[in-house]
Amino acid sequence: MTPDDTDRAILNRLQDRIPIAPAPFDAIATELGIATENLLERLERMKEARIITRFGPFYDAAAMGGAFCLCAMEVPEDQFETVVTKVNSFAEVAHNYERSHRLNMWFVLATETEEDIETVAMSLERETGLRVLRFPKLREFFIGFRVAA
Amino acid sequence: MSIDSTDRAIIAATQAGLPLVPHPYASVAADLGLSEAALIERMQDMQERRIIRRVAVAPNHYALGMTANGMSVWDVEDARIADLGPQVGALEFVSHCYERPRSLPDWPYNLFAMIHGASRDEVEEKRAAIAALLGQACRNSDILYSSRILKKTGLRLRSKEG
Repeated sequence: MTPDDTDRAILNRLQDRIPIAPAPFDAIATELGIATENLLERLERMKEARIITRFGPFYDAAAMGGAFCLCAMEVPEDQFETVVTKVNSFAEVAHNYERSHRLNMWFVLATETEEDIETVAMSLERETGLRVLRFPKLREFFIGFRVAA
Repeated sequence: MSIDSTDRAIIAATQAGLPLVPHPYASVAADLGLSEAALIERMQDMQERRIIRRVAVAPNHYALGMTANGMSVWDVEDARIADLGPQVGALEFVSHCYERPRSLPDWPYNLFAMIHGASRDEVEEKRAAIAALLGQACRNSDILYSSRILKKTGLRLRSKEG
């Protein structure tokens, strides 16, 4: 499906913080000049077409418990595939990307506790014989990200 | 930040999204054996504690044409980062914005901002806009494009008691 103007207006408006209240869609439907049922049907269609992934709360992963740390490695080209296999075999490695830089492997460690981050990073260094640079989050800045629909 | 077993049940029931019905909180509350008012109060409280960042739609930015992204990194004067970091994070094309430690001498950058756009050229234009915003407070910068996804696992709440 291709979103029409009303779908786009919905997408733009619903990226704002929506108050947590019994009938969250009513005021927005009124504002957009459509019925609540129509708004919900459109959301359902956009979800089926994977234009949206969901409508709901965005949770702070760290607030739910657990520790996270962005890490980077400089992997020699001729060892790259071997190191990928070793690094990815750790269940604590959540995302891993090859990036265009001297530090060419970037991944996120996700563990139960802060101490586990250090333990896993040290195991990775032992397994690969390479340094694992740790870039923990010191401060998070307000995110204004919006997709113009 | 602490969450109890009720909060945990609420998170598990809602992290994949709310039902698209006129009264979504009433529907979730019924599943959890809570009153609608109690659920709303709990979720408002989690929002105040910043466990919930916001309730909103999550657009699939790839489907909407934002197919390029780059991890821009900046060496910002320590004395200015508290002031400049939030300004970079507030830009509409920045999806993640963090202060992280430098790792000298390998890595002089302390501000990370993920930039999204319709094309590599657009990402570069946006990167230039951040450079202009940071001005003299930024000594050096770079951008890292991903050439391959090596692993991608969703971060989901583990189902454990309490």
